[in-house]
Amino acid sequence: MIQVFFAEWRKIRRPTLFFGTFAAALFFNGLITSFVYLMIDSPDGNGDRGRRIGRDVLGLASGSVYGFASIGGLLGIIVLCVFAAQSAQEYTYGTLRNLLVRQPRRLVLLMGKYAAMKSFALLFVVINAVISVAISIYLSDRAKVSTDLWFTSDGWSAIAHTLVNVYISIVFYAVIGIALGIFLRSPISAISIALVWLLILENLIGAVKPVTLDWMPGNQLATIAQGGTPLLSYSHALILGSSYVLLALVASSYLFAKRDVAN
Amino acid sequence: MPLMSTPAISVDGLTKQYEKIAAVKAATFTVPKGTICGFVGPNGAGKTTTIRMLLGLISPSSGTGTVLGHSISEPQKYLSSVGAMIEGPAFYPALSGAENLRVLATMGGIDINRVDELIDLVGLSGRGGDKYKTYSLGMKQRLGIAAALLPNPELLILDEPTNGLDPEGIQEVRDLLKRLAAQGTTVFVSSHLLSEIEIISQFIVMLRKGEVVFAGAIEELLFNQKPTIIVKTENERDLAKIAEIARAHGHPTTIRHGQAHIEGPHQWAPVLNKLAFEAGITLAELTPTLPNLEETFFEMTGGQS
Repeated sequence: MIQVFFAEWRKIRRPTLFFGTFAAALFFNGLITSFVYLMIDSPDGNGDRGRRIGRDVLGLASGSVYGFASIGGLLGIIVLCVFAAQSAQEYTYGTLRNLLVRQPRRLVLLMGKYAAMKSFALLFVVINAVISVAISIYLSDRAKVSTDLWFTSDGWSAIAHTLVNVYISIVFYAVIGIALGIFLRSPISAISIALVWLLILENLIGAVKPVTLDWMPGNQLATIAQGGTPLLSYSHALILGSSYVLLALVASSYLFAKRDVAN
Repeated sequence: MPLMSTPAISVDGLTKQYEKIAAVKAATFTVPKGTICGFVGPNGAGKTTTIRMLLGLISPSSGTGTVLGHSISEPQKYLSSVGAMIEGPAFYPALSGAENLRVLATMGGIDINRVDELIDLVGLSGRGGDKYKTYSLGMKQRLGIAAALLPNPELLILDEPTNGLDPEGIQEVRDLLKRLAAQGTTVFVSSHLLSEIEIISQFIVMLRKGEVVFAGAIEELLFNQKPTIIVKTENERDLAKIAEIARAHGHPTTIRHGQAHIEGPHQWAPVLNKLAFEAGITLAELTPTLPNLEETFFEMTGGQS
């Protein structure tokens, strides 16, 4: 599996993919983190769906990573798109047949791909966290937010918890992305279906019938990144989100292992 | 060349059924080790499906097979000794040619240093660092052959390796395959260029509509074929009359590509010329030929008439 891991990294590290993904993520990360601080007094709100995040909340021990936790869902969607494209392209380019000739144990190949994805996700989370916290520190003075509790032991604990939660969320998104790529074998289909569902359908259905958000997969993964929300508990999101991801993982692994590679 | 007893490839009753269509029907053949074996058949005959089954990419509906002595149901036991290019080269467009090979070398636990050596061997020196998407068709084909050679294979399976190559490239591939076979590598090569197959192969497997119509030594195949007289008439409409005359004298005839292919020895050519003259037909060409693979192929696979 270690050979697959390093072979996958040869593909992931190519500049257009690697730096392109990080640039997109850092752009949204910077935008949203800045928004929380720069719009702190706006009557239209400075948080998700027009919520107002006050100085009292941002001044808590977890304040340094509030912006980062908020963007967890969006970072997850970026990673989902990248890995959906990566897995589906193996079919559209026909490269899967070459890989399977060199590594015929299909589940080993798939596990190696997952291992590479997890290491990418870890790097992705750490770099985005550092940037988000740095922006938060930089803007806290201007927004008159107290940072006294941010780097206490409670503060560091909150940072660690947020890192873990966002990491779990991003890995879950990536697993869904890889599964969609395997199911659909087309990058465009995989990405468009994911985006339409996560960004449009879930929100529309949730707006019409808010109780459905308690069961929507995208909402579970975003809630995990935030460590829970007032509307949805962390444990509920983690259990339900894990169930969805496990289902996608098992179904896609079975399909990957058994399906004829005829293209 | 002495042939070893253990075949490189052996299949028995190999079948692949797609709902109502049988892509491969009970294929049975063997490929001796250390030989070059041509794999021919019209488009859609089932060549690529058979190759995919040999490589564990698709599972057979029924039948058995072995590659290098291992069952095709356990491809992990033999694929480390097999190099393959299936249905043309397939690589990541955004990676360089060399990096594409490194991905496969890393995946298969193959020495990375072999990549530069192979880039040179297939004539891509100086272009290995360029992105694959900038390659011409011939260069892509060369990279595909390099990828197949990565594991220093005991068995090399190539699907149409000369597609897109210029005459010089075709000659290079031909020489390369002969050299590999001389070193003991078994080469199983599919191609629609029958003259190529005839030049380089000792064995041949011929498929038609998913069925093996011949499998064995090329000499054996050609030995059983009769000489042919190829006739072209000044007026193409007279071809049917020529075929009628030939058949009336006991010579089976087919019409292909504006020519009549008449089974018969070269001695009968002047007789035919006289018969055509008497029938008021002017011949534009009258060529006695010895059996060749192309003639045999069309005859056995039911080429267009």
